[in-house]
This record gives sequence, structure tokens and C-alpha cells, in this order.
Amino acid sequence: MTRIPEFRAAKWNEPVVMEMGRPGARGQLFPAPEEEVTQAVGTNLIPGAMARKDSAKLPEITEFEAQRHYLHLSQMTLGMMGISLFGTCTMKYNSKTAEYATLRPELAEVHPYQHPDTLQGVLEIIHDFDGILRSLSGMDQFIFQAGGGADAAYTMTAVARAYWQDRGMLGQRTEMVTSMQAHPCNPATAAAAGFKVVNLPLEENGYPSLDALKAAVSEKTALIMINNPDDMGIYNPEIKEWVKVAKEAGALCFYDHANFNGVMGKLSARELGFDACMFMLHKTFGAPKAGGGPAVGAYGCTDALAPYLPCPVVVKDGDRYVLDEDRPKSAGKVREFWGNIPQVVKAYAWSRAMGADGINLASDISVVANNYMDKKLAEIPGLEISNPSINAHRMEMTRWSLGPLTEETGVSTVDFANRMADYGIDPYWMSHEPWIVAEPFTPEAGELWSKEDIDTWIGVIAQIAEEARIDPEMVKTAPHNQAIAQVKGDAFEDPAKWAMTWRAYQRKILGENKAKGVA
Amino acid sequence: MTDTTRAHPWMANSAPGAIQAMLDEIGAASVADVFEQIPQDHFRTTPLDLPPTLSSEIELKRDLVSKLKKNSDCETNLSFLGAGVWQHHVPAIVDEIVGRTEFATNVWGSYQSDHGRNQAWFEFSSQLGALLNLDVVQLPVYSWGCAIGHAMRMAQRITGRSKVIVSQLSDPERLSVIRTYCQPSAMESHIEVVMVAVDPTTGRIDINDMKSKLDGDVAAVYVENPAYLGTIETEAAEIARLARAAGAETIVGVDPVSLGVMTAPGDYGADIVTGPVQPLGVHMQCGGGVGGFIASRDEEKYVLEYNGFLVSIVETLEPGQVGFGLACPHQNSYGSREHGKDWTGNSTYLWAIAGAVYMSLLGPEGFRELGNLIVSRARYAAKCLSEVPGVKIVWPDTTFKEFVVNFDDTGKTVAEVNDLLRARGIFGGKDISGEDNALGQSALYCVTEVHTAADIRTLCATLKEVLS
Repeated sequence: MTRIPEFRAAKWNEPVVMEMGRPGARGQLFPAPEEEVTQAVGTNLIPGAMARKDSAKLPEITEFEAQRHYLHLSQMTLGMMGISLFGTCTMKYNSKTAEYATLRPELAEVHPYQHPDTLQGVLEIIHDFDGILRSLSGMDQFIFQAGGGADAAYTMTAVARAYWQDRGMLGQRTEMVTSMQAHPCNPATAAAAGFKVVNLPLEENGYPSLDALKAAVSEKTALIMINNPDDMGIYNPEIKEWVKVAKEAGALCFYDHANFNGVMGKLSARELGFDACMFMLHKTFGAPKAGGGPAVGAYGCTDALAPYLPCPVVVKDGDRYVLDEDRPKSAGKVREFWGNIPQVVKAYAWSRAMGADGINLASDISVVANNYMDKKLAEIPGLEISNPSINAHRMEMTRWSLGPLTEETGVSTVDFANRMADYGIDPYWMSHEPWIVAEPFTPEAGELWSKEDIDTWIGVIAQIAEEARIDPEMVKTAPHNQAIAQVKGDAFEDPAKWAMTWRAYQRKILGENKAKGVA
Repeated sequence: MTDTTRAHPWMANSAPGAIQAMLDEIGAASVADVFEQIPQDHFRTTPLDLPPTLSSEIELKRDLVSKLKKNSDCETNLSFLGAGVWQHHVPAIVDEIVGRTEFATNVWGSYQSDHGRNQAWFEFSSQLGALLNLDVVQLPVYSWGCAIGHAMRMAQRITGRSKVIVSQLSDPERLSVIRTYCQPSAMESHIEVVMVAVDPTTGRIDINDMKSKLDGDVAAVYVENPAYLGTIETEAAEIARLARAAGAETIVGVDPVSLGVMTAPGDYGADIVTGPVQPLGVHMQCGGGVGGFIASRDEEKYVLEYNGFLVSIVETLEPGQVGFGLACPHQNSYGSREHGKDWTGNSTYLWAIAGAVYMSLLGPEGFRELGNLIVSRARYAAKCLSEVPGVKIVWPDTTFKEFVVNFDDTGKTVAEVNDLLRARGIFGGKDISGEDNALGQSALYCVTEVHTAADIRTLCATLKEVLS
């Protein structure tokens, strides 16, 4: 019998920090400038026109009050400390050993413009991790400047621009071809880089046809950007032919390896013919996402594209590690400095602790566990797997539909997700846009969670499906056991009501109430 | 050696029998069966060639720490490096809160389950808005340079114009990012980056040169205050006025730790404001601590052009209760793919939490004290350095925490000076002699609240010693 969590979130009714405190209270004192300093330079050093006259309207609270307030906020944050089968994000354990190593002053208090002689340790780690990713992908050079997976996709578009510019063909190679099921960052970054986006529709079998690709690529195609397997858990078996077709048209081929977890150790982007790929260190390689970064999109490419990489590139010169900034064909930087280095160190630590066998085992487990999850989900009435005609086992995640249950009960996938939070279970990922199945959700079992965890998660899904039949209104008004009730969404699109700061809230909402005599 | 006989501490189903139990339930004969979608000729043929596995926590820790100890850091040495990453004091409470596993978690976090995180985000925007005197603050993007790039693209969409004006003395690191965002000239949606001259006597933007370049094609003027080389832009209000008269947006870049003593950009005509988040309680982390904010007035023409996450306070179903969620979600790339405003994804949102804690600890008086301490010590350092034979301060008495030190009359290059200092436990300022600035052998020094008067005297005494 599966044990369903009886969860109650901490509920502190915590005020917004802007409401807290008392005039003159202090949380942090700074020393006064030394007497020798003021004697030498005087006071009121900011020129009159730029000297601040008003006092910033910040809270005035004690050190303890700040600590308590933010601890309360952390307690009102689930943060995956239940069970999260959040598809497309590959939930992992984040090693505290690695985390604590990066907090040491030897990394935390290091400046990227220090002389390389004083940076040999961190450069060695970056260099060694580059080597690990080269082995996993077959690529020749990795850089870590991109601040996330989307930024690595953007890096690809910048490299492609430099590549075509170098050939005098940037005016001709103006298009990027992708699948309508590719992660939104691929079309979005290509568009932001100035390329025209060509989206290929999906066929019955779950992926775009080779014929559609052939029709789409031409002498105008700068690059294709594609993930495989996709978020449905479907692997495109024609991917080698895709790369061949694209290359025959002269296009560059970029492998978005967001969904690497099920194929790590098993596929090599280079052997499949790709020119470049990216790995998300905050997903596949055990670094935290931290609610949305700092993250790293590790971007790797062949020697043919390496001259166009953003600088600097970490290289080994004899016994020394150096930062190569002298790359005249470089596309330019996508972000300042070398990247989110602590996350690179954590990913290096993950790779070393897993080893080649551990990485292979993890992809085995993630695909087996996902199929176990699929089997159990299929036993719950009202749920339907996407592309039901495909009988083959899915990869490391699967797109499902709540469509039949919604038709039966009126409970939508959004309602369902809200209710999951009541059990201390992170709401599932639904789907990227566009939604190509009704009421989608996309779970991913991964190698972290035990079979018992998966059973518990399935038990909660089954229970909510039952609740949807017995008391749909209760599900639709969830969450009920969370720190706060369901938020009313109408203000998010209403310029008269949205308030992105306390200042705006006071002006638009509290001020309005005051006028009516409410506040 | 890889240990295949023991379960891995990070994989529950590596325990003996767990995989088989799942295969039995699925009805698959082997692990290979579940990979049936992948054609056989797609599987890699070259075996993985990875370094030996570090199976135990003990071995892993030893490897990480022994490698990191080969670094030399700014806690052991006395560092005057800045220019995009600055050494500031990080209160212990900030480290405690950002280290909480609920925040430093592997999950991206949903709004229903992570209310406390959402509130901390809103408090970051609210407190930064109070420093800037602006009503809209987006959660931070990857870096300051990226924030400027997005802001310029916002201005392009708002005005329909495709030129931006920036200072000739811009940070090459940020400028490289800006140029990437503005696209090569072969692209149809390219933004031309026009350099405006700087008054060589003050380091400030040459207003007359700016006027001559402010034509009807200019989408935005970008001005930093304090600027890359530390100078305070006293004419910022006039620059904003001229830009507005020409139909252009004014984008300002500010250092948030200056805002206890420097005028809020919302009060001198800035339309879109950008800046770094690293000074607000984030360690330097070899550049891995950077992030950039974007802020503006609460006008639809700006709000509807943001690329990332705007967190709004809203009512909940329970009367009198408030919660938080994302405003205007359909305009970002998750909602609109290639039709969205630029793109977004994982960013630097943990640093929004760091910033929220940091700003709540300082309060208005803390920011005032901090700003005053920094500017006082930085000016003191400049003054003391100017007394070292051969050393000149390029623009004295006009700077905040950074300033240009010229070594032309010492007969030594900055690189030579820095080598000599480093041998004595001092990291000299950033060598800017290779940059396009006509400033000769100059370095950009940074002095903050962590540098005491005694540290400054140590620097000057050591310089005197190595230059004599």
C-alpha cells in the first residue's frame, strides 16, 4: 500500500519585507571612514547634482529579523524536498560536498582578472571538465560562458553568424530550421540573433518528416537546431539522415542536448554528425538550478567552428593553463567573463563521482524508471499517453495528457498541478508551447528517485484523479495545504493591477484602497 | 577504479535488484529493450574515456580542495581589481539564506509550491525599485552586459530606430556583449553602436559630440553612472533631456551600492535602468557571481517589452491575502517562442534572493554609510597614490569606487608593476593599457568598504618600494 504524504506547508503569514521594521533599526553597520581618510579627502564627496537627497524607502530591521524573515520564506518553499518528477529539467541530487568546495575563498573570493598564475587550480578544473565533455560528445572544444541552456543556444547562433560572415555569406544564410517541438529557446535565440525561423510540423510518428526537412533546407539555411529525444520521449531514428541532408545544403547542425540524461554514455553528438552541441550543467550534470540560475549551458563544437567561439577559451600550454583571448575570428562575448564557474566545478565533481560506469548506469536507470512510471500511470483511468499508437518504450521522459479526465470532470492540468502542491509534491511540468496534446503533463523519472518515491508520486496522481471525480471544486480551488491559497491571475495581464514592486503596489492598489477609506 | 559492486549514493535504483524489479513490472527482458527506439548504428562506437571515478566523498573532497588550493585569492592577498566584478563584503546571513537547500535546489520551482521563493523575488525587485526610484524591476538576467543588450533591443522595438550611442570609454567586456546583442551589420535587425567622445579632462561624455550624433535614427543613449572608469556623470539629467528631445530612450547603467549617496536614476530622467547584481551580496566567484538587472517606469510601452520574469504581487482566493506570480508571461520566449521578446531561460535568480537579503540588512542608513565609506576610501587611495613618485591619478575627485592610475612616468608598464606587486601579496588594478583609451600605461583601481586605510597605506608603501 502506497503511503500518501499528509503535508501541511509552513504558513507564517509573513509580511512583505517592505512592511517590516521601525525607524532607525539597523541590520548591518559599516565603520566610519578613518580619521586620516576624512582629514585627507573631506566629506560630501559626491558632486551636488548627483548627491542623493531622499532616503531610499527600504525596510529598517535587525540582523535577526532579516534572518528570521528569509528563513520563514525558505520554509514556505518546497524546493524539491518532496518528490519532483519534473520533466525536461532532470532532477538530481546536488552534492553538498561540491557546493561547500565552491564556497571556499579559493573560489568564492577569486577575481577573473587575476593573473593566470594565481588561477591555476580553477583553470585546471575547467580544462579537465572540458575533456570529460569532449569524451561524452566527441566535440573538440567546450566553453562555459553561456549562463544557461538558452544562452548556449544563443551562443550557437552567434557562432553561426561569425562562421557565415567569415565566408561572406551572412547575407545569404539567413534561416534557422527547427522542429515545432524543439525547446522554445532554439527558435527564440535564433530570432533574437537575426535569423528567420522555419518550424517543421510533427507527423503521426511524433517527429517531423525527412521530406519536410528536405523541403525546408536550402542555400538560405544557416543552421538547424534540434533536440533528440524530444519532450514526448520519442527518439527520431532518422537523425543521422537529418544531419546528412542539412549538411548537403551547407547548413551547420546543432544538437540541443537538453534531454541528454537518457542517452549519456550511449550517443555521441559527433558520431551522429553534428557540428556542435550543448549540455546543461544544472540539469544533467548535477549542479543546482536554484530556482532559475546561476546555470551553465556548456557549448561544444568541432575544430572547424572553434575559431568563432566567444573568448576566453581555457587551454593548456605545457604545464600551465592559460586563457586564450587572441582569437581574431571570435563571435564576441555572449556574457562577461568565463561563465558561472562554481557550477562548472560542481558539474566536474558530479562527473568524477559518477565516473564512466556511473554515467552509463544513470542513463540506464533513468530510462528504465521512466518506463516503470509510464506503466503505472497507464493504470490510472483518465490519463492518456501522447502518441498512443507508438508502442515502443519511451526514453527518459514522457508526454502525457489529462484530456479524458478533464472531459469527465472539468479538472484541467493546471488545476491538477495546483493540487499536487498540497501533498508536498512539486507540481509537474506541463508542456512547452505550443501544447500539441490536450491538458499535457510531462513527467521524467530520472536516476535520483527510488522506486518507492515513484510509487508515492503515482499514488498522489491516482488520488487527485479520484478527487477530481468526487469533488472537482476542491481540486479547482487548490492548493489548500500550502503557505497561501491559489493566486488570482487576472492582475498579471492588467496594467491597472499588476505591481512588480512594493512602490507600484502602494501607488496602484493600497493608494486606491486608501482613497476608498479601506486602508 | 570504478566500483560496480556497491550502490551509488546518488542513485537509489542502483541498489541490487532495483532495476530488475522495474524491468519485471514493465515486461522488458533487458535494459537494452527499453532503448529500442534508438537504431543500433546510432550507438557510440568510441568508448568513454573519463578520468578515474572518485567513488567516496572523501576522495572527491580531496580532489576538489587540492585543485582549488592552487588558486591564490583576494582574501589572502590585497586586491584592487574591479571592472565588472568587485570585492564587497557579503554578510553572513546572505550566505546562510542562499545556501538553504530550498533555494539552492535542483528544482526550477513552481509558483504553487514555492511561495516563499516568489516572495523573496518580489522583495528583490521592491527593494531595488526603492533604491532606483522606479516601479518596475525584472528578475536579473545573465549579466550587466546582457541587461544592457536587452535594454537596447527594447529601445529598438519601442522607437523603431536602430542606433545606440555609447561612451567611447566603455568597458570592452560589456561592449563585446553589447555588440553581440546588437548583431553584425549584415543582419536586417542590426543595431548600430555609435561611439560618443569623452571629455579628456573629466572622463565624462562630451555633450556637444553627443548632440551632433543624436539624429532621428537613434533609439537610445546609454550612459553609465558611475562609468566604467569610475567617473561620475554629473550631466546625466542633461543627457536624458537631450535624448528625450530627440525621441530617443535614455538607458542608464548604475552601481547599486552607490545609490545610498548618489541620486536615484529614476530622478534624473532615465527610461530604462540596468546594473550589476553582484555587488548586492554575491561573492565574486571568479566571475560566476555576475547578474544584471533591468528596471523602468511602470508604463505599458516598457513593461510589454521585457524579456524575462516580472513578478507581480496579487490577491489570492483568500480575502486579504497576497501572493506572487509572473506578470505578462505570454510575451517571453516560453510563451511565444520566436515571436517573444528576445529570449529567457535559467538566469541568475538565486542572486535575486541574495540581493533581497542584502538590501533588507542594509536599509537606507546602511546604504548611505556604505556609499560614503566607499567613496571616502577610494578618494583617499587616489590621493595617497598620487603622492607616489611617477604615479598620476587621471581624473581625481570625480570618481566613486574606481579610478584610473597612470604609470607612464614610472618607466614601468602596468604589467611589470602588477608583477612586482603580486610578488608582495597585492593584486594591482586591471591593466587597461591595451584598451582603446589613449591613457598610456594605466590601470583601473577599485577600492571598496573591505579596504581599510591601513590597506591603502600598504599599497602605497609597496608601490613606492617597487618603483624606486
